Amino acid sequence: MNNKLGRLSGGLLLALYAGLASAAYQLNFQAPVTRVASEIYDLHMLMMYIILVIFCVVFGVMFYSIYAHRKSVGHKAEQFHENTTVEIIWTVIPFVILVGMAWPATKTLIAFKDTSNPDITIKATGYQWKWGYDYLKGEGEGVAFLSALATPQDQIHNQKPKGENYLLEVDNPLVVPVGKKVRILTTANDVIHSFWVPAFGIKQDAIPGFVRDTWFKADKEGTYRGQCAELCGKDHGFMPIVVEVVSPEKYTEWVGAQKAKVAAAAEDPNKQWTLAELQAKGEKVYAANCAACHQATGKGLPPAFAALDGSKIATGGKKAHIDMVLNGKAGTAMAAFAKQLSDTDIAAVVTYERNAWGNKTGDAVQPAEVKAARK
Amino acid sequence: MSAVIDTHGHADHEGHGYQPSGLMRWVTTTNHKDIGTMYLWFSLIMLFVGGVLALTLRAELFQPGIQIVNPEFFNQLTTMHGLIMVFGAIMPAFVGFANWQIPMMIGAPDMAFARMNNWSFWLLPVAASLLVISFFVPGGAPAAGWTIYAPLSTQMGPGMDLGIFALHIMGASSIMGSINIVTTILNMRAPGMTLMKMPMFVWTWLITAYLLIAVMPVLAGAITMVLADRHFGTSFFNAAGGGDPVMFQHIFWFFGHPEVYIMILPAFGIISQVIPAFARKPLFGYASMVYATSSIAILSFIVWAHHMFTVGMPTAALLFFMYATMLIAVPTGVKVFNWLATMWKGSMTFETPMLFAVGFIFVFTMGGFTGLMLAIMPVDVQLQDTYYVVAHFHYVLVAGSLYAIFAGTYFWIPKWTGRMYDETLGKWHFWLSLVFFNITFFPMHFLGLAGMPRRIPDYASQFTEFNQIATVGAFGFGLSQLLFLYIVLKASVFARGEKTPARPWEGADTLEWTHLPSPAPYHSFHEQPEVK
Repeated sequence: MNNKLGRLSGGLLLALYAGLASAAYQLNFQAPVTRVASEIYDLHMLMMYIILVIFCVVFGVMFYSIYAHRKSVGHKAEQFHENTTVEIIWTVIPFVILVGMAWPATKTLIAFKDTSNPDITIKATGYQWKWGYDYLKGEGEGVAFLSALATPQDQIHNQKPKGENYLLEVDNPLVVPVGKKVRILTTANDVIHSFWVPAFGIKQDAIPGFVRDTWFKADKEGTYRGQCAELCGKDHGFMPIVVEVVSPEKYTEWVGAQKAKVAAAAEDPNKQWTLAELQAKGEKVYAANCAACHQATGKGLPPAFAALDGSKIATGGKKAHIDMVLNGKAGTAMAAFAKQLSDTDIAAVVTYERNAWGNKTGDAVQPAEVKAARK
Repeated sequence: MSAVIDTHGHADHEGHGYQPSGLMRWVTTTNHKDIGTMYLWFSLIMLFVGGVLALTLRAELFQPGIQIVNPEFFNQLTTMHGLIMVFGAIMPAFVGFANWQIPMMIGAPDMAFARMNNWSFWLLPVAASLLVISFFVPGGAPAAGWTIYAPLSTQMGPGMDLGIFALHIMGASSIMGSINIVTTILNMRAPGMTLMKMPMFVWTWLITAYLLIAVMPVLAGAITMVLADRHFGTSFFNAAGGGDPVMFQHIFWFFGHPEVYIMILPAFGIISQVIPAFARKPLFGYASMVYATSSIAILSFIVWAHHMFTVGMPTAALLFFMYATMLIAVPTGVKVFNWLATMWKGSMTFETPMLFAVGFIFVFTMGGFTGLMLAIMPVDVQLQDTYYVVAHFHYVLVAGSLYAIFAGTYFWIPKWTGRMYDETLGKWHFWLSLVFFNITFFPMHFLGLAGMPRRIPDYASQFTEFNQIATVGAFGFGLSQLLFLYIVLKASVFARGEKTPARPWEGADTLEWTHLPSPAPYHSFHEQPEVK
């Protein structure tokens, strides 16, 4: 019995040790891969050294005083106070130190803000809760896709072991060529989000109705991971950003593949879909766009997120249902999907919602109907 | 002056005998000491409520994955933790100190507007109830962060309306309290007490009260616009209607940054009373402390946009706000140097108030250093909305404001209750708080640097270790505060502990120590003392 206990605790200790050894106690910024990011890194280190010196001097004085000027060691209080010279000195010295800090900070700030002459311009749109990328200018112009969290729900709810890039993986990463100046325009569809890639030293809020910009030029190929940095509601912690920096050749290849995909997927807007086709496609669209709030079961999370199973909208008239998905509902978390989803996607997801769970309307909504509703 | 005294002062009141009792004493009281006591108990209760919310957050963050609370409720908890701690715990605690101490320190019989004083306190439980009720309405409590940024806050359910209404009420309470404090300080000082002879605590509160009067209406304006956007079809913060979401941030932080100093200037005041008392030596640079406090207050109005370095402002604006923010380090440095010079060549003893005051200087200064780091705009870009910011403001708000509240409580509780607190337990409280505070918040600097955003219910695996350390520290810190509750209850409600003389602290020389017995009588300074 004792022996068993001993072995058990030994095993536990070993596990603990292994845990400590593998632990990632990262103490500083991620390794920078752009010039601005490395300037920020250096600026932070410079400041740390200055602060450490000040810290040692100030608290050296304080702890010496605490040690030497105690009543218990018999120190008698002197009654001096007010000394203009000393007071001027301790006002001027910090000021000079601050000027010394402001100089490099200003240089980096100006470099950070210089978004001129980009090779490629990409618009990043924040949605609750995913990112959309549109390649606006430069090589790859016209490529557009959505990028959502790829980590499965059962990892988040601890039903499966967590993967290596838990919460920092997406279905469609942003792909850019190495050594090219990339300008990112940020905007948002619903609330404020923030586009943040630590290794690039950029963080730019994405503001609904406004366009802001930032830029980076990655010096090293690789996969870089960031996250949304502005509280944007329920799934704020679940909308990562993944950027793949590839060689120019690979980038050209990737652009070609993207364009081919778009061409292949181009749908005939007047095609008549069958109910089964729409439902199958709709289920996918639902999982990617709707399930976060309305849940895979359609039960929602009332009262914040309405149930669709048996709801008035999903079992009532088609028109009101299409309108809800297209335009959202003001004053609630229900977003407008008109700009995010194609006619076919919306037709499919509306059809799915009207025929899934306990909803049995039998309606098949055609893309043409959605197109008509948009006007 | 005499008119104010007459309201209490019948000739037969020499013995200070009249003291109402029972529940109605507290409901109808106009006595500054009763009201101060109620403010302090209210804030202590709120501290524990906000603390429980914080520990729930920390429990969820103990490991990656969703275990205890779902993401939606997590956001409600972060929001309510912030609102309750800022508006329920820290601010009312300082108003409680102001109520108890300002009249006694300037030799006045009471606050200037005694009935308004009662009203401004009793608004607070109403506001706090609204906040608590909001958890139970459809959609739950506000979940947009304590900053309630539009347009996220326009999406929320009725809980947000309750939150806005609560903020309005607390704002009204603060404005009334501030008007009271300003009027009391400017009109009711004892003969001979010129402005430049006032104790530092009174000075810092005078400046704080002006800040409150200046910015609480700005907050009221911002949240009223949110309310209008939510219900009355306006588009202040909605681009589709011609508004601008960023305008909310500008207005909010024009309130928000002075608010930061509202929560720290009275703390500076308390520390400036405690350090000289236990060093047995006058404050080194009284005048420069007054000027430094005023400079900080004035600068606080022109630095707000450093909270918004990532919204995308023009280069010139970024430079202006960066330089202005860095400038605040100068007067703040002057304060720290003054405290050190006061300690220098003193004859120090380290009772609990002094321990907390020294702990304040040590840990608050670290918060100041990280503040300087965050002032550097390019560095802030990496750190904005990360755990580094969480670490920074807990270093200045917990190790700053809260430690000063502890220091002040231990310092004045003999005067308030006539009983000395338990010194051994007080020291335990200090050391446990100091150690667990740092275990909780120091690792958050590393989390922020490594790239963990704040306000997320779940995180990537590489952040696990430091989060676990922080959670362990948080529970230690939270539980240590039960000790504080016990120490306060013991000295006040249970009236145990040795009785104290009028002036238990050798170096304390303000009027409440030199002219009043302990405990301070229900009515004090019927006749104003002469200050030389």
